[in-house]
Amino acid sequence: MKRIGIDVGGTNTDAVLIDGETIVASIKVPTTQDVLSGVKAALAHVAGHRDSVASPIDAVMIGTTHFTNAVVERARLERVAAIRIALPTGASLPPMCDWPEDLRAAVDPLIFMVHGGHEYDGSPLVPMVPDEIREAAMKIRDAGITSIAISATFSPLTTECEVKAAEIVRSVIPDARITLSHTLGRIGLLERENVALLNAALQSLGKTTVQAFSDALREAGVTAPFFLTQNDGTVALADVAATNPVHSFASGPTNSMRGAAWLTGLTDAMVVDVGGTTSDIGCLAGGFPREANNIVHVGGVRTLFRMPDLLPIALGGGTIIDPATSKIGPRSVGYRILTEALVFGGETLTTSDVAVAAGLIDMGDRDRVKGLDPAFVEASLARIRDMVADSFDQMKTSAEDVPLIAVGGGAFLIPETVPGASEVLRVENAGVANALGAAMAQVSGEVDQVFSGMSRDEALAKAEAEARNTAVASGADRASLKTLEVEDIPIAYLPGGARRVRVRVIGDIAFS
Amino acid sequence: MLQEFSEENIEPLATGAWILGTGGGGNPYISTLNLRRLYAEGRRVQVMDPMALEDDDMVAVVSNMGAPLVGQERLGDPVHLARAVEVMEDYLGKPFRAIMSVEIGGSNALSSFLAAAILDRPVVNADAMGRAYPEAQMTSFAIGNLPMFPLSLVDVRDNEVIVTRAASWTWMERISRKVCTEVGSTAATCKAPRTGREVKEWGIHYTVTKATELGRAVIEARARHDDPVQAVLDHEGGKQLFRGKVIDVARETTGGFLRGRTLIEGIDADKGSRVELAFQNEWAVAFRDGEPVAMTPDLLCLLDTVSGGAIGTESVRYGQRVTVVALPAPELLTTPAGIAAVGPRAFGYDIDFRSVFS
Repeated sequence: MKRIGIDVGGTNTDAVLIDGETIVASIKVPTTQDVLSGVKAALAHVAGHRDSVASPIDAVMIGTTHFTNAVVERARLERVAAIRIALPTGASLPPMCDWPEDLRAAVDPLIFMVHGGHEYDGSPLVPMVPDEIREAAMKIRDAGITSIAISATFSPLTTECEVKAAEIVRSVIPDARITLSHTLGRIGLLERENVALLNAALQSLGKTTVQAFSDALREAGVTAPFFLTQNDGTVALADVAATNPVHSFASGPTNSMRGAAWLTGLTDAMVVDVGGTTSDIGCLAGGFPREANNIVHVGGVRTLFRMPDLLPIALGGGTIIDPATSKIGPRSVGYRILTEALVFGGETLTTSDVAVAAGLIDMGDRDRVKGLDPAFVEASLARIRDMVADSFDQMKTSAEDVPLIAVGGGAFLIPETVPGASEVLRVENAGVANALGAAMAQVSGEVDQVFSGMSRDEALAKAEAEARNTAVASGADRASLKTLEVEDIPIAYLPGGARRVRVRVIGDIAFS
Repeated sequence: MLQEFSEENIEPLATGAWILGTGGGGNPYISTLNLRRLYAEGRRVQVMDPMALEDDDMVAVVSNMGAPLVGQERLGDPVHLARAVEVMEDYLGKPFRAIMSVEIGGSNALSSFLAAAILDRPVVNADAMGRAYPEAQMTSFAIGNLPMFPLSLVDVRDNEVIVTRAASWTWMERISRKVCTEVGSTAATCKAPRTGREVKEWGIHYTVTKATELGRAVIEARARHDDPVQAVLDHEGGKQLFRGKVIDVARETTGGFLRGRTLIEGIDADKGSRVELAFQNEWAVAFRDGEPVAMTPDLLCLLDTVSGGAIGTESVRYGQRVTVVALPAPELLTTPAGIAAVGPRAFGYDIDFRSVFS
C-alpha cells in the first residue's frame, strides 16, 4: 500500500511517501503564497522516490489547516449574508449574536430574519413569505455578496424552507454560493447556523485551495485518488470537501495527533502541534484524539458537529511580535516567513527570530537578530511559555502530570519544561507528523436520511448496511469496517414511525 | 430583603440549574444569552428572600413550557414570558409584587429572571420543584393542594390563552399541555398566581442560591483541576452510582414529551455492568442490570465524567463518558404526598420508591 500524505500548514507544506509502515521519503518545504508551488515542490520530492517502491501510488491524502487559520486570524474570509427563516421566533437572538466582535467584523455580515420555518412535526411555523426572501436577496445582490448561509427552524427534519429559499435567492443571484444549514449541522438552530455561516465565509478559500491541490497533483503526474482529510480523522473526496471547508477544520491537528501517537508509541498523552500560524493542543486517548462531547468553539464561535477536542492558540513559528509592545500575535507572516522573518532577511519580528536569538534553534542568519535586546528576547520567550502553559493547563483533565508531545514545524517554541507535564517529548520526524497522520487516514462512509415503515432496529440495520456500502465504494476494505457512530431522531406524528438515522463507519483503504 | 443579582452570577446559576435539571428543563444556554443581552442593555434583577414577602403579596410563577428539543430551534424571546405575566395581571386586575420560576432545574431557572428584567420586578429566591419535572401537578404547590388556576399561555403568533378554571392539577396539566402541543410544544406560561403566604409555606426555598453556589463549585473545581463530579457530590451530599460509556440512546417525542432510555456500559469499578436510564424529559429511573437502583424524586443526574457538566436527555450521545449520580430530593417530595405526585408510579413505573439516601 503506497500512499502520499501531504499536510499544508500556514507556514510549511509537509509530505511523506509511505509503503506500508515504512517512511520512504519525507520533506518539509515552505508553503508558498499560491499554495501550488509549495505542494508541487513537496510532491516532486516524494513522487521522485516512487520508483524505489514496486507499485504505483494507491492514494493521496491531503490535510490542510488553512480553513481554521482563516477563522482564528479573522483573515481571508469573505463577506457573507445570513438569512434565517424563523420569525416570529428568535427575534431577541439574531444570527451571529454570540460571535466574537472581531470575527463578526471580519465577516461583515448582512443579516436577515424572515418569516417561516418549521415546527417539530414538519408543519409550517408560519407561512414563508417569498417576497421577504426576494427582497433580502436583492439587498444581498446590491451589496455584492455571493456567499449566503440559510437557516430555518427544524431544517434537519424538514428541508423545505431552506431549499425553497435557496431557489428564490438563486433566481435573484444566479452565481450565489449557498450553504444550507441542514447539510452541515444538527438540531440546535444557533449552532447549526454558526457552522453554515463559517462555511459560507470560507467558500472562496475552499475552492481556490482544492483547485491548487488538484493542479499540483496533475502536474506531478500523480493519478491516484485524491482525498482531503476530515475532522474525525477520516478522508473525503476532494471535490466534496471543497464545498464544505468546515469539515476540514480540525483535520491538521487530528492528523498530527494520530501521527504523534504513531511516532511515539504513546496512546495516552497531550499533544501540541505547533504550525507556522497557530498551535493546537489536544489529548490522545487510546491512540486517537479525544472527541469533544458536544459544543466546540471554532475561533470563539459555538458549533455543534463532529470535532476533536482541541484548543487552538494563535502561536506559531511565524507569529508576529510587536517590537514596541512585545505583544505576540495573533497575526502571522505564515508562508512568507522565509522572506519576512528577520533571520531570513525580512523586516518583521517573529517568534522564530526570538527563538534563534535565544539559541533554541539554528536557522537563517543569526547575525540579523544579534541586535535584539536580550531582556526583550527573554520577556518574549516568557510570554510564549505562559501561552503554552495556560493552554496546556486548560486542556488537562486531571491534576496528575501527563506527557506532552511537541510536534509540528514550530515545536522548538515549546519549552523544555511545562508546568503539569511529566515530560516534554520531541520525536524524529515530528515535523511531518501531520503528513504521516494524513497518509494513514482511513475511509469513512456515512448515511444520514429519514427511514419509515420499519422498526428502529430495521432502520438502524439498513442505515448501517448503506453506510458500509458507501465506504466500500469510496475505497474501504469491507472486512476492516467498524461503526463509529449511530444516531437516530424519531420524527413524531409522521406516519410509519419515521426516524432520521445517521450512521458513520470507518475502515482501511482496500488494496486494489 | 433584596439583593442585586450580579452579571458574574449568571454563568454559575446556569451551570448549577442545568445539573439540578436532572437531564431535563432544557439547556439554559439560550436563556443565558437572553439574560446577558438584557444585562448588556443595562437591565438588572433583584433577588428577594421569600420570607420577606407579605402574606397578601401576589407572586407570578413563570415557565417556558414544552419539549426541550423544541427550545433549541424555536429560540425563546423574553418578551413572551413578560407578556404571559402581563396577561395574567390584566386578568386578575392586580399587580404582581415579584416573580418566581416554577422549577430551578434547567432553562426555567432563568425564566423568572428574563421576565423580571423586562418588567422590573424582583425574583423570589425559591421555586416549586427544587429540580425539574415535566408536568404541572409535580410541584410543591400541587402537593400542598393549592389552587391550580388560572393559567396564562402566550404563543409567538399572537395567540394568548387563559385557562380560567380546572378541576384538578392533572386537568390543568392536560388542558394546558394540549394547548402547548398545539402551538408547537413550546409556550410562555404564567402559572396559578401565588400569595406571599403560599410561597412561604409551600415554596422550595433558596434554590436560586443553591443552584448558583453549586454551579460555582463546579466551575471552581474545573479551574483547580479537581474532580468536578466530586465537587457536585460534595456540594449536594450526593452519591455516585455508576461510571461508564453511553452505548445506546432511544428517544420518542410523544404527547409533547421526550421519552426514552439511555444505555450505559460500565468502566473502571463498574466494568461488566450496565445501567439503563429511563426518562420522560428528565431522568426518572436507573436500572442496574435490570434492577431499579435509583429513582425519582431523588435527583438522578448524568454528568460528563471529565467536565462535571450536566448532560441532558435531548443531547446525550453515543460514546459519551458519563457518571450517574444521585442527589437528595427536597424533603417535601419524599413525603407520602410527594411520592404520590412525583414518585416512580407517577411516571408509569410500578416500583416502590426507595431512596438511595435512606
